[in-house]
Amino acid sequence: MTAHARPASSTLVGEAAIRARPNVLSMNYVDKVFGRDVVALKDMNLDVNEGDFISLLGPSGCGKSTALRLIADLIHPTKGQIKWANPRAANDLSVVFQEPALMPWATVEQNVYLPFRLSGKPLSAVKSDIDEVLALVGLEKFHGAYPRELSGGMKMRVSIARAMVTYPKLILMDEPFAALDEITRFKLNNDLLALKDKINCTVIFVTHSVFESVFLSDRIVVMAARPGRVIDELYVDEAYPRTETFRTSAEYAAHCRRASDTLKHAMELGQ
Amino acid sequence: MTTVDQNTNLAQPNVVADPEELARARRKRNEKIGQWVLPALVVVLTIIAWDRIVTVNELPHYILPGPDLVLEALIEDWGMLSESLVVTLRITVGALLIAIIGGVGLAVLFTQSRWVEMSFFPYAVILQVTPIVAIAPLIFIYVDNRMVGLLICAWIVAFFPILSNTTLGLNSADHNLRDLFKVYGATRWQKLRYLQLPSALPYFLGGLRIAGGLSLIGAVVAEYVAGTGGNASGLAFRILEASYRLNIPRMFAALLLIAMTGVVIYALTSLVSYLLLRKWHESAIKREV
Ligand SMILES: Nc1ncnc2c1ncn2[C@@H]1O[C@H](COP(=O)(O)OP(=O)(O)OP(=O)(O)O)[C@@H](O)[C@H]1O
Ligand SMILES: [Mg+2]
Repeated sequence: MTAHARPASSTLVGEAAIRARPNVLSMNYVDKVFGRDVVALKDMNLDVNEGDFISLLGPSGCGKSTALRLIADLIHPTKGQIKWANPRAANDLSVVFQEPALMPWATVEQNVYLPFRLSGKPLSAVKSDIDEVLALVGLEKFHGAYPRELSGGMKMRVSIARAMVTYPKLILMDEPFAALDEITRFKLNNDLLALKDKINCTVIFVTHSVFESVFLSDRIVVMAARPGRVIDELYVDEAYPRTETFRTSAEYAAHCRRASDTLKHAMELGQ
Repeated sequence: MTTVDQNTNLAQPNVVADPEELARARRKRNEKIGQWVLPALVVVLTIIAWDRIVTVNELPHYILPGPDLVLEALIEDWGMLSESLVVTLRITVGALLIAIIGGVGLAVLFTQSRWVEMSFFPYAVILQVTPIVAIAPLIFIYVDNRMVGLLICAWIVAFFPILSNTTLGLNSADHNLRDLFKVYGATRWQKLRYLQLPSALPYFLGGLRIAGGLSLIGAVVAEYVAGTGGNASGLAFRILEASYRLNIPRMFAALLLIAMTGVVIYALTSLVSYLLLRKWHESAIKREV
């Protein structure tokens, strides 16, 4: 598995450091119109850089999911472009949804094997990768379990393991922890940061939670609705690894207040 | 539903038994026994009542034979009846197999192309809603081989539930999973093989259970319409023939065999369904609370 690993990117954070990172993809003046006149996104610009942990934060209906689906190439822009710096290969991108979206007829191992199966790799060739990623999410004892035998948090771990097993460049996560209880969510937040560090990827993370976005990300993109658009970008200038002490620090509280204010402003704009 | 992590601490020693749980276990055990004993008891009581009614009222055997006479007919005519049973079984199973292949095949074709589905689904519906007794005489005019005609009739009755259920199942794959397959660049074939077919399995099995019974009905009805059959006659023909000869005990014996066949088909399709789904599908998992 270490064969795929890219050299660790700098742990420097802050606006200048982030802007200096190599580009992964950029959205340029992207519009998305549904039906005849539902403007889900208007003039969205976003530069995604290697190693970024970007949170998309905004009220319901501001086009966060739409932005992710555009990046995933599941839908196409009405106007504007999404450009990858390097041509996108099959396993460069992974997605995690709000629901774990596991195949109920398949075991945990078979579920995590899915991306490899679809790219034609035999199980024996990637068995060690699967074992390793399952160990990383703490499910090494559950290879043969079926999704119905797992708790909500464990299902989400399987979903994350499936997304990470191919060492993708970019992972898109659409409110992955929204349906979980707070204790589980905190635990998964910590583990997600550790995993990201380990596989060295870029993450775009959609959330409604100011606290979650501040804890996880180095960039928070705040969006407003009607029409969906980016209104501000905040930088969380705090070094990784972030631990439970960060969660209780004064800096954390300050960042949360700043993000809350921006979000409140976004809600007023979307009225 | 149990989760694995909870399971591990279930078997601790020195845990005081919960009276409510014990009562539940007892109730479950009783229910399990009752499930078999009660129907058996009803059957036995029915046979006794039947026998009593026939003897007390001194009913002649050409109006209502007693259970002893029916059993006698079953044993005496076993050579002829078992031959007919094999014929009926052959038509039923053959029609069911063709219904499975045809129903699933068409359903797959439909999901591959909306246009094909729009064009041909109405025909499937028309075939289904037109009573088979109305179509069957035509079929026997155009199809020379009697066996083939019978198979076609039984197939027409049986294939629709499989087609419609499988079509529904193939289209009911989780939308997030569908997106995921797209993101990973899955081919049409991969999507069918690894996503749509497994999603359709519970629906297909539901259709199969209905189709199993229907193919037997189709086989019996078709034979009534087809009439005389010489040596390759099924149970339906035996009933017709026995009624002409006022051999009522044989009619009952043949009827009994048809009913038993239906029960066995239902039991077998249910068993297949249980075996295929028990690991993962909610329908096959007994809720514990
Ligand atoms: N397939 C679609 N067809 C029509 N309208 C759509 C479609 N998808 C999204 N929309 C509309 O586009 C807008 C943005 O939707 P989107 O799902 O991206 O919002 P969101 O920010 O993800 O909201 P939430 O936080 O509730 O998930 C909404 O007004 C929604 O009604
Ligand atoms: Mg959304």
